[in-house]
Amino acid sequence: MIYIQLFLSFLQVGALSFGGGYAAMPLIQEQVVNLHGWLSMSEFTNLITIAEMTPGPIAVNSATFVGMQISGILGAVIATLGCILPSCIIVTLLAYVYMKYRNMSLLQGTLSSLRPAVVAMIAKAGVTILISAFFLDGTVNLIRQNVCAQMIVFFVIAMVLLRKFKLNPILAMVLCGVANVILSAVQRA
Amino acid sequence: MKEEPKSKGYVLRKLFFACLYLSTFTFGGGYVIVTLLKEKFVDQYHWIEEDEMLDLVAIAQSSPGAIAVNGAIIVGYKLAGIPGMLVSVIGAIIPPMVILSVISVFYDAFCSNYYIAALLKGMTAGVGAVIMSVVYDMGKNVVKSKDWINVVIMIISFCLSYFLNINIIYIILSVAAFGMVRTIVKGGREK
Repeated sequence: MIYIQLFLSFLQVGALSFGGGYAAMPLIQEQVVNLHGWLSMSEFTNLITIAEMTPGPIAVNSATFVGMQISGILGAVIATLGCILPSCIIVTLLAYVYMKYRNMSLLQGTLSSLRPAVVAMIAKAGVTILISAFFLDGTVNLIRQNVCAQMIVFFVIAMVLLRKFKLNPILAMVLCGVANVILSAVQRA
Repeated sequence: MKEEPKSKGYVLRKLFFACLYLSTFTFGGGYVIVTLLKEKFVDQYHWIEEDEMLDLVAIAQSSPGAIAVNGAIIVGYKLAGIPGMLVSVIGAIIPPMVILSVISVFYDAFCSNYYIAALLKGMTAGVGAVIMSVVYDMGKNVVKSKDWINVVIMIISFCLSYFLNINIIYIILSVAAFGMVRTIVKGGREK
């Protein structure tokens, strides 16, 4: 049953994405691209781009999008519910415990060990996205026809703008997009 | 304003519209929404104490899931129990659901357009840069903490996931278990 699969997949995303927005990204990739093949890597990359451009958490945006693509509105609702259900239960439970005991040292200790692993997972997702951006066939194959040189240039420029000039991330993304549109228009002409 | 009697229905309505509004207009991730929730319910309505809000935010950030959703849940629960939680979470997810549903419907037509495809493709390089920049900041904090066990966790997790393709769910669960044991052992030693 596709609905049950969608629900369970996003339930795992919701239950295990510790550390906010970007932490959900590798989990979504694992479920949606690697395990179930609901999206290709380039569709997933587009989804992340769209999710970054629109308000709302990446996990909720992805659940809605994937649900819609796989099985329409009902799929979107079910995937989104799966994604937020763990939060509803866990956060409410913790809030209850907190209001009673006001002590969270075990939770915070555990999280401080989890944080480096989350950084590693986000790094992995970032590298996969970059590889699919830099190489036409999505693998690190250094034949000239396979390398999108302009994408590497955009990446470097965006990186400099973000780090040195503290440019707003959405603006940096839009600039890369517009630069590529102009380049594509020139190439086509 | 503090003295004004507030019926449950009034609180629920305020919660719903605050979450709906913040979720519609907040770009830039969960932390921004949490700050705005604080502004609204601590500074503007005075329904939550500042100190308590800080702890609530800490819980929202430490729990799994989207921080914006978690923030809405915990503020809702604090102000009006389970009904408050439900109302807030529904308010928080309606905007992204509607926006992404609409985009999804037009996605195929959208992406088959030559220029839109070029736009999305170009933006991928930007997204990659944004992600790597976040990774750099977070990674720097891990290294700076001089907690070498954490640095080792970071390197091993990356290798297991990237080179050996281990499902990241197993990595997260084992690191969480390890962290829990570590905290308990450390706490025992301090006593």
